[in-house]
Amino acid sequence: MTPMNTDNNPALKSIFGEDHPLISHFGMEVMEIDKGLAVVRLPYRGFMVGNPETGVLHGGVMTTLIDSACGIAVFTALPRLQPIATLDLRIDYMRPSTPHKWLMARAKVTRVTPNVAFVVAEAWHEGEDGPVATAAGSFMIGTKLTHREDAA
Amino acid sequence: MISLKDAIERSRSNGDFTALNDAVPYTRFLNLAAEEGEGELIFRMGYRPEHIGNQVLRALHGGIIGSLLETAALSHVIWEMEQVRVPKTITITIDYLRSGRPVDTFAASRITKMGRRVVNVHTTAWQDDRSKPIASAIAHFLID
Repeated sequence: MTPMNTDNNPALKSIFGEDHPLISHFGMEVMEIDKGLAVVRLPYRGFMVGNPETGVLHGGVMTTLIDSACGIAVFTALPRLQPIATLDLRIDYMRPSTPHKWLMARAKVTRVTPNVAFVVAEAWHEGEDGPVATAAGSFMIGTKLTHREDAA
Repeated sequence: MISLKDAIERSRSNGDFTALNDAVPYTRFLNLAAEEGEGELIFRMGYRPEHIGNQVLRALHGGIIGSLLETAALSHVIWEMEQVRVPKTITITIDYLRSGRPVDTFAASRITKMGRRVVNVHTTAWQDDRSKPIASAIAHFLID
């Protein structure tokens, strides 16, 4: 499996194409994309470790991967490129991640309404049975291009 | 390298979570520092450009805010537990309330229920104004 070239997709280019400190720091890559679907790969990097004795990733790394995958899936489900914002995200941990292995996350949009999109996601290691984590989230669509706090 | 349990023990004994934050690579990336407020533990996440998720809005990534909330919740459990254990996250639910600006973010927790096997924690994150939280989370940790 090879990462996608994100240059031709305006939504992806806006996330991955430009110089993005977080995405490049985490090394996230889009593996697959379709309408309402995104598969993202996360490499194992030393700074992501939550337990230095076991090498297991910090839970926050999973949250970052899943939030990113869900956000991309929502972008692909919209008729035009609009700003979005995570409203809520629930993550269930089935088991600890396996140290030194790459994580995959697949996010699928279940429903898009004029204001809100609903997404489910799961994360797993290739070659291992069953997900490491599953997630459900909702996203606001068409958030203003200002900080919500200032707009309120 | 200091063991996690030693770091936990040290942080518990003097309420200084520097040892624990320093022992964990990801909390070093988050740029966390613990401060004792009035009888509570407050975590400060120092802003770094790598925390930005939206370049146009210059907003913190949802995963980074979630990372702060989860770490603050977990550390609070470690602080209040009777024995040294490494709690495991079962479930975390994050509510995003306002976008996070590129400044330092704070988080504080309270334990809703400390059970024998499961702890339920509520954590809130804010920036300049504590009465305007940017996110909150409810987490369940296994302490078996």
